[in-house]
Amino acid sequence: MTNTPSSSAMSATLAAPAAGGPWGLFGRRKSASKPPEETDAKRVQFNSRLLPYLFLAPQMAIIFVFFYWPSVQAIHSSFYLEDPFGFGSTFVGLANYTDVLKSGEYLGIARFTAVFTALVTFFSLAIGLLLAVKADGVIRGNATYKTLLIWVYAIAPPVAGLMGMMMFDQHIGPLVKFAAFFGWDLKVGLNYNDTAFAMIVVSVWKQIPYNFIFFLSGLQGIPVSVREAALMDCRSGFRRFWTVILPLLAPTAFFLLIINTTYALFDTFGVIDVMVKDKAANNPITLVYKVYMDGFRGNDLGGSSAQSVILMIIVFVLTIFQFRFIERRVHYN
Amino acid sequence: MAAINITNVSKIYAGGVEAVKSVSIDIADGEFIVLVGPSGCGKSTLLRMVAGLEAISKGTVEIGDRVINDVEPAERDIAMVFQNYALYPHMTVYNNLAYGLKNRGTPKAEIDARVAEAARMLEIEQYLSRKPRALSGGQRQRVAMGRAIVRKPAAFLFDEPLSNLDAKLRVSMRGEIKQLQKRLGTTSLYVTHDQLEAMTLADRLVVLNGGQIEQIGKPLDVYHTPASTFVASFIGSPAMNLLRGTRDGNQLHFGSQVLDLGRAPAFPGQVTVGIRAEDLRIATPGEQALTLKVDYIEELGAQRLVHGTIDGKKLTASLSPEIEIGETMPLTIAPERLHFFDADTGKRLAQPFAVSEGKRVERLEIAGA
Repeated sequence: MTNTPSSSAMSATLAAPAAGGPWGLFGRRKSASKPPEETDAKRVQFNSRLLPYLFLAPQMAIIFVFFYWPSVQAIHSSFYLEDPFGFGSTFVGLANYTDVLKSGEYLGIARFTAVFTALVTFFSLAIGLLLAVKADGVIRGNATYKTLLIWVYAIAPPVAGLMGMMMFDQHIGPLVKFAAFFGWDLKVGLNYNDTAFAMIVVSVWKQIPYNFIFFLSGLQGIPVSVREAALMDCRSGFRRFWTVILPLLAPTAFFLLIINTTYALFDTFGVIDVMVKDKAANNPITLVYKVYMDGFRGNDLGGSSAQSVILMIIVFVLTIFQFRFIERRVHYN
Repeated sequence: MAAINITNVSKIYAGGVEAVKSVSIDIADGEFIVLVGPSGCGKSTLLRMVAGLEAISKGTVEIGDRVINDVEPAERDIAMVFQNYALYPHMTVYNNLAYGLKNRGTPKAEIDARVAEAARMLEIEQYLSRKPRALSGGQRQRVAMGRAIVRKPAAFLFDEPLSNLDAKLRVSMRGEIKQLQKRLGTTSLYVTHDQLEAMTLADRLVVLNGGQIEQIGKPLDVYHTPASTFVASFIGSPAMNLLRGTRDGNQLHFGSQVLDLGRAPAFPGQVTVGIRAEDLRIATPGEQALTLKVDYIEELGAQRLVHGTIDGKKLTASLSPEIEIGETMPLTIAPERLHFFDADTGKRLAQPFAVSEGKRVERLEIAGA
């Protein structure tokens, strides 16, 4: 979650302290009269060397305590076999990794995770975009319309999972009845594919409002005159969308792609937990849920740590890939 | 290329606000028409209705004998240049120019040729592979012009295209637009709030006020015979002086000051008198004069604007810089240079000195009114 584009804006110029300047400890902003294209205008100069580090310290402390420290712990324990009852641990080298990577079950879950992530990311982005484009065109009562669409975002993931369970309940679930209408005997919790289907639907549903908000604000950031120019240059609304609107939304879409990938990989935990609780055996789960199962249910801290390290590497590689190969095609204005 | 006929066009917004009130303009093929007026006079709304960006509430717009009220903007055979350029930020200059042609299925070779021609005309050849953000304001404006030119449309629509440029660039671009339009001979409709821009560019001016046409005419005709006090004060810089006067026989009274017209003009006692600043001159000794109490002066180099009051009413005179400025100055004006407007309606009254011995009150027939 540290991949937000704003992180680049945090770069500050650390200037040498001005000799006894009247501004004392506090820095002053350089005049921002230059046009926004020039990155210079956003730079801040500090008169004290320590001050910028002091300002950064709380953020750094949080990152260190909640990210680096646990990561180091995880890497450390992934090389040990922990006693389930906490009576010491044995160094086993890469055995935890080889065990995991040789396990057919693990590879199956990895495959499902890939499919799950791809589908959830795709559908939540696509539907969010579609709704945003439609909402953008609504003139009358659009505030109500937008509020109704954003509402879902306020629901916590486990609650969303619970509501999803209700929708897919074998006896009272309206979606099960709906599926039955088409002759589909939907058995969530029993049938692997049906459960996967329900999991994807609930995860997508949960994420749509988030994407909707960002796409909508992105759409409203496109200058009206550019749309009007396109109106005169291109008759087909569909073609206008693909050639003008979508490219101008690309920065938003790229940001959302990363956020949604992370969401599908990690934040769907709550949804999955509610949907497969106590009957994970034959049901699809993602890699994160597997880490939790092995670590906290199976008490295999070493194996679980090895899995988290693998997951960390996957996300790392994925993010680098996204920035290297996809961001190049993004036009930032 | 085509004529544009705007017939009784109105724009009524939800809530009943009438932004444009039954406007009719006939634009000949190849003519350069400038719509000018203050903010909120409906000039942009009118242009946007022709462009198809606003629905036409009433009336019809024809481009080349085709009623285009319900035609899609892209099908109207027009091109528009926007105030803030409205270039596609993610496309190169080449693609910005080519986009409209590509969407119309123009063959690649022809697109290349047309873009090259427009780029050469506008001297933007070396920027074709750049994105708009790497261009200066003037260059962006040229690209926006280029985008209109390559389409070879029946008409150009300009929506205050020079407002975002600095003063110097504005003057040079103004000249270029005029030249380009003459060279291409494309019918043009141009919106501006800058009366100087309007004067210099237009074949014919359309002065709008409150959604209605005040006057249509050639720039100099509008300048020399403004149809109303509104036009008189809007067109020309400095604005025409407008003073309340009372006619008494041969004399025109401005409060305590008197100007002898030498002849009794045929209009009611109370009138609004219009005086162009440059028509005032220093009275020679013994000549009848209005006494101007000088407040301050503005140096323009070639002339000097003297601001002051006669009998408490503001007056501006444009004088040669050689003339010495005193605290008060005797000014005079040839009676035939005076403009007379109805004191109540502000409409122009017949020029009493152009009509031979005429005693009748006559309203000038005003084009479009």
